[in-house]
Order: sequence, then structure tokens, then C-alpha cells
Amino acid sequence: MNRSMDKLISLGLRNTPLILFVLIFIIFGIVSPKFFTWQSLENAVKQASYIGIVAVGMTFVLLTGGIDLSVGSNMYVSTVVAGLLIQRFSASVGTALCACLLAGVIFGAINALLVVKFKIIPFVVTLGTMVVGRGVGLMLTKSRAVNFPDAVAKIGSAETAGIPWPILIFAVIVAAAWVLLNRTTLGRQIYAIGHNLEGARKAGIRTERGQATAYILCGLFAALGGFISVAQLGNVNAGFGRGDEFDAIAAAVLGGVSLFGGVGSVFPGVVLGAVLIQTVSAGLVSARVDLYLHDLATAAIIFLAVLIDSVRNTQLRKLSRRNIRVEE
Amino acid sequence: MTRPILRFEHVGKSFFGVPALQDVSLCLEHGELLGIVGENGAGKSTLMNILGGVIQPDRGQMWIEGKPYRPSDPSEAKRTGIAFIHQELNLFTNLSILDNMFIDGFPRLASTPLINRRKAKDMTRRFLEAVALDVPVNTIVEHLAPGERQLVEIARALSQDARTIIFDEPTTSLTARESDRLFKIIGRLRQEQRTILYVSHNLGDVLQLSDSIAVLRDGCLVETRRASEYTTDKMITQMVGRDISQLYPPHHSRATTETALEVKGLTQRGIVRNITFSLCKGEVLGVFGLMGSGRSELARILFGIDPCQHGTISRRGHLRKAVSPRRSIDDRIAFVTENRREEGLLMEASVQDNMALVSLRQYARGGQLIERGRVTSSVSQIADSLKIKAERISTQVAKNLSGGNQQKVVIGKWLLTEPEVLILDEPTRGIDVGAKYEIYCIIRDLAAAGTAILCISSELEELIGICDKILVMSNGEIQGTFAREEFDEERILQLAFKGHKTHGHVG
Repeated sequence: MNRSMDKLISLGLRNTPLILFVLIFIIFGIVSPKFFTWQSLENAVKQASYIGIVAVGMTFVLLTGGIDLSVGSNMYVSTVVAGLLIQRFSASVGTALCACLLAGVIFGAINALLVVKFKIIPFVVTLGTMVVGRGVGLMLTKSRAVNFPDAVAKIGSAETAGIPWPILIFAVIVAAAWVLLNRTTLGRQIYAIGHNLEGARKAGIRTERGQATAYILCGLFAALGGFISVAQLGNVNAGFGRGDEFDAIAAAVLGGVSLFGGVGSVFPGVVLGAVLIQTVSAGLVSARVDLYLHDLATAAIIFLAVLIDSVRNTQLRKLSRRNIRVEE
Repeated sequence: MTRPILRFEHVGKSFFGVPALQDVSLCLEHGELLGIVGENGAGKSTLMNILGGVIQPDRGQMWIEGKPYRPSDPSEAKRTGIAFIHQELNLFTNLSILDNMFIDGFPRLASTPLINRRKAKDMTRRFLEAVALDVPVNTIVEHLAPGERQLVEIARALSQDARTIIFDEPTTSLTARESDRLFKIIGRLRQEQRTILYVSHNLGDVLQLSDSIAVLRDGCLVETRRASEYTTDKMITQMVGRDISQLYPPHHSRATTETALEVKGLTQRGIVRNITFSLCKGEVLGVFGLMGSGRSELARILFGIDPCQHGTISRRGHLRKAVSPRRSIDDRIAFVTENRREEGLLMEASVQDNMALVSLRQYARGGQLIERGRVTSSVSQIADSLKIKAERISTQVAKNLSGGNQQKVVIGKWLLTEPEVLILDEPTRGIDVGAKYEIYCIIRDLAAAGTAILCISSELEELIGICDKILVMSNGEIQGTFAREEFDEERILQLAFKGHKTHGHVG
């Protein structure tokens, strides 16, 4: 009897993100009944897709035991590059998207270079590039907003088989990331690197390649997430992406990715995390909570989730401790 | 004629100007098992690390199958067919056995970068069978016992089809039964004509396993000979450069009858059951048990790290309630854990900071500001009395010390708290013969001064050598108690194995 109880607790603790998600959805549903519809769920996922894509990139970096604080600035500067190309050189949307992604990759590669080659700790590197990136973006735009043509906005609202493109792109990215992490050598090595960098080196893993890949992918996904967000907003202003690094990290952590590296998964973990965060903000609007309390409420829920996560880890460790004696 | 597979020529390495290895020349033949012995700091690890590509030599040359060999990193060594099974196993405990097997390169689906899961599973299963480990291939390594983890390491070496395998202290965390299983596997590896370098402190094992034995001392190769020409005594003589007539210090003191620690009916579900004993001042009480017998868990409960459901622990006639490590320290109990690297030392901190760690409160003026002068003088005093070999205790970092000296630092840390009860868990694990003797002397001297000592060990010989009384544990229970006059190796071992059949893979 005791054992089955243990098992139940263990099962619950292992699926905290899912349980939390359902709980929050129900709570908002009760507070404001019109929230409790398929449409609002679709909206939440659609709005979550850009932050989800950024969070998937963040997951790679977190898995190696690093962190990337610069994704918000990356989103800004990459989309500014795309917007200016369209505005000043009348580039096509395709060219602009490619330039945007390339800018993101270069941004990520700079982070990778500083972390891997110059051995500066990721927190400091990406804090620096966060400020530099924002500065470069402001310089390019003279801190004015950059407007995008309708062609870009169409991407944000297009649908295929009734599914909005942002959600489709998000799904493709998640699937690709899942395959990369779980079904390729490099992916498994990223987990190993985050668990024990020195050990990974000793095991013959090219740790520098693994780390660099993580930062570059994070840069790429930040730019892509930025572009999708712009496609929904129609323009990029000077504050674009600011604070999104926080949401991306929070989404990953809510989804069970460890800040210490080596633990976590993009599906279902990070997907749930991203949708959860978005659901909370959407729910707060729907429940007509005072606008000034939104940040506090979001932060409180994230804090709560991380707290639960920490409790969960200690509990799981206790439950999975090996017994020595066989009790009759 | 057999041909040499591996040759070292005048290999040398210095760290910060201090030679760790000097002018070592060795030659191994195909399928040979070379035992390598030496005290800690003799250069065994350095030599193996050079072979395994972890560090690069300053001087000399290595040859493999007649070709010059100079690995720039471990992966190059691996590609050359050299597997290194480290003392601290190099497994990723967050990943599955399968992941660990192929972490540096999974089998792929045709020419895609995708992992061929089925092939990887089949191969993993086959290699796990080869090492007789019967667990699902998707088991996360975290959930395996130390012995099982080692088998995974060996399976990994097999999967890379390593022609040369380095074993660095493979038996330190294994039970007797697991060691036997390991030796059988090593035997099979030799039949397959693999070359093995076997580094160990267990001289008996080395003697039994090896074709030839190399003895290192102070970074130099003393001699290499056929194993048949060696005896344990001869190895020891060469290792320390002098005769050790006695492995254990004489018993000058006897236990008093004054109780220092009284334990009654200690029970924790799934861990220990009905543990009752008393420990007297000046007594060295040994606890013998196989790995997984509950001996270390008992120590953790006594010190207040882990909880216990029933039973009492009393000191000086007072019951101790709501036990925590802090309370235990206040109660003058000290605990030297079995794992000095992870639990006993701050590896990056200096010897002095490590030693002062627990007793720091005593040196704080007005409870807040630490008087460094007093700390330094107390620490130096203890460091001198324990003969800790460190350049400067205030600057030398713990991780650069040899195993024996590290262990002395941990013991010294607790001696600064002036303990009345000292719990030692595997105090001589992974340290060399000379340092072991010094630790034994420290234990007996402390007992002579009235300290009550509980000494846990998986080496029965050493308990017989230094203890006044031995408790035998198995399956979380005390199976028997032996006073010094009745020590009987065979009977103690029989009791230790009792009850170990019910749950095969733990013990």
C-alpha cells in the first residue's frame, strides 16, 4: 500500500509541467468561462510558438550547462537586419528571412566563439552580447521602429489545413530538435557535455563542437522566433525582444530542463513550458486582471513552478534511493 | 616469437617543474597482462594518463605496433585501440547504458546522421552479455550499483574493440564477489589476446592476475619482472624502498570500559534493522560488511545525515534527539566519509581551508571574525603531527595532494574539533601501503589517547590488524561480534555473505 502511494507521488512529480498546465487552464477557465474554449487554446499555442522556438534553442544551451541571455537582443538585431533589407533595398521576403536567420547564426557563433575558444563563462559572454546586440540594433535603426510589409504579416496569419503557420513552424522545429537531441550522436553528446564537461572530453567527445553547435542553434532559433513574432506584430520597435530571454529560460525550466545541464527534453517538456507561460498571460488578460499586476502574476507562477520543480527533484531522489534490505 | 605491441622509451613528465615521471621504459607483448604497482604519487596515474592521451609527455617516445604513438587527446588514444577504465568511472549517470556505450559515436542508419537504435540496442545487449550484466539497455546509469557501472565501462571498452585496456584501480568500489566476476572477465579478455595494463593497490590481485609486474617509485621504474619472480613482500619492499616488517602498528593500548556511544535498536525501513552496540573510549571497533551491507548507511545515520525511524543513540548517557550533523559535531562526534573527493574535501581549496572548515567557529572572535593566525597555528600543528606532505598548507590546493595526504587532511579536519567519537568509513581506500600504515598508526594513537573509534572497512585484513572488536554486517543487520581474541577470517566472511543471496545484484 505504501509502495503504490510512493509510485503515485513519483508519477505526479515526474509530470509536474503537465499537471500544472491543466490546473492553470482550469483555474482561468473557472475565473473567465470564455477562456475555456478550443479557440483560446489555439490562440495560446499560436502566441506561444515564437517564445517556444526561442526556448527550444535555449534548451540546447542549457543542456550543455550554459545559458544564453542574449536571445532577446538577437531577436531584435536579426529582425532589424531583415526589416532594413526590405525597407532600403526592397529585398524579397525570402531574402529577408534568410538574412535574418544568417544574422542569428552569426550572433550565436560569436557567443560560441567567446565561450568555447576564449573560455569566458557563458553568463558573462551572453550578458555582454545582450547589451552589444541591442546597441547594434539601435544604431542601425537610430532607435526608430522598422515596419514590415503585408507580405510578412501574411506569414503570421497564414494557415494550412486550418493550422496557423506559426504553430506549424513551431511543431517542425520541436520535431527537428527532438530528433537531433535523441536520435543523433551529437545530441546525446550534448547531454553528456552538460553532465560532466571534463568527463566528456576524457570520453573522446569533441566538446567544443557540441557547445558551439548549441549556441549557434540557439542563435538561429532566436532569429527565427523573432521573425515569427514580427510576422504577427507587423513591426519591430526598440524594445522588441526585451525580456524574452527571461520567458525562454522560464519556459525551458518549467518544462523540466535543468539549469545545471544534462537534463531535460524539448517534447513534451519545453512545449508545455512555453504554452504554460503564454496561457498565463492570455488568461490574465481574459480574466481582466489589472495590467500592472501581470508581470507580478507571471513571475509568481514561474517562481512557483520552479519551486515545485526543486521540491520534485529532492523528492524523486529520495524515492529512487536504493534500498539495501529486502523487508519482508 | 611474440611481438611487442606497446613500447615506452624514456618517457618523462613534470608538473610545474616537479618530475612526476622520469625516464620510464617499458615493453608489452600481445596479450600480456602487466600489473603496475607503486605508492600513491609514484607516477602510475601519470603513466596511464600519458598512454590514455589525457596528458602529453615532456620527454620520450611511445610506440604501438612499431609505429610512433603520440596521442594529443583521449579520443586519439581511443581510435588507436586503447581503452582507459578510470578509477572514478567515467560514465554519464544522466544517460542510459546504451547512450554511454556509444557516446563517442553511435551506429548510424545508412549514411544519415541518425542513430540506428536497433543496431545500437543489439550491440549493447551483446556486450552486456559478455560482461554478464543482466539489466535492460535503457537503464539510466544513475540507478546502477558501483559494480554494475564498472561492468558497463568494460562493456564500453569491448564495444570499441580496444586491443589495449587500462584498468586503474578497478576493484576499489567492488565487493569480493564483483571482483571475482571482474577477474573472470579479465581472464577472457586475455584469451582474446588483448593487452592489459592493470594498476592496483591490491598486491594480492596483481600477483594473481599478472604475467609481469612493473614497480614504480617516486616517478621512476624500479623494476619489471615476471610475476612468478615476485612475492607481495618483495613488491612492497621495492615500492617503499625499505622493508616493511609490519603492516600494522602494535596494540599498545586497550579499550576502556567507559561507554562513549551507545546504540540501541536502530532501524530504518529498507536500510538497517535493529542495530545495537556500544563503543567505549579508547576502543577501535571495526565494522565489516560487503558493499551494500548497510555499513556506510549506518555511519550516516549515526552522524545524523540520514534519518532513522526507531532506536536510540546516546552519548555520555544522554539520549540524542533530532540528530543533525551540526548536533553531532557539538556532541564531539566526527565522521570521515568514504568518499574524500566528493564528500570529504573542497578540492579547489587549500589544505588549511579544508582543515579549518569544521572547527572554524572556534576561531571566530566574538563569534564573527576569524583569527587567521590562530587557525594557521592550530592547523600546522595537526598537519605536522599527521605528517601531511604539502609545500605550504596555506596555498597548496587539496586536489594536488596524493590520496594518502588527502585522507590525512580529512582526518586532520576532524581532529581539530577534538572528537571523542571518530567514525571512519573506508579510511584507507585507494591509498598506498606506506600511507596506509601511517593511517593505522594515527588510528591506534588516537585510541591510545582515549578516542572511541568506529572504523568501517571492506578490507577484513586491515580490521583484523587494527581493531579491538569487529562487528559483521550483512543485509542491514549485525550478524555477529568478534573480540580481538576470537578474530577468525573465515567465520567473519561467512557471516558477511549471509543473507546476500536474496537480492543478487546489490551485493
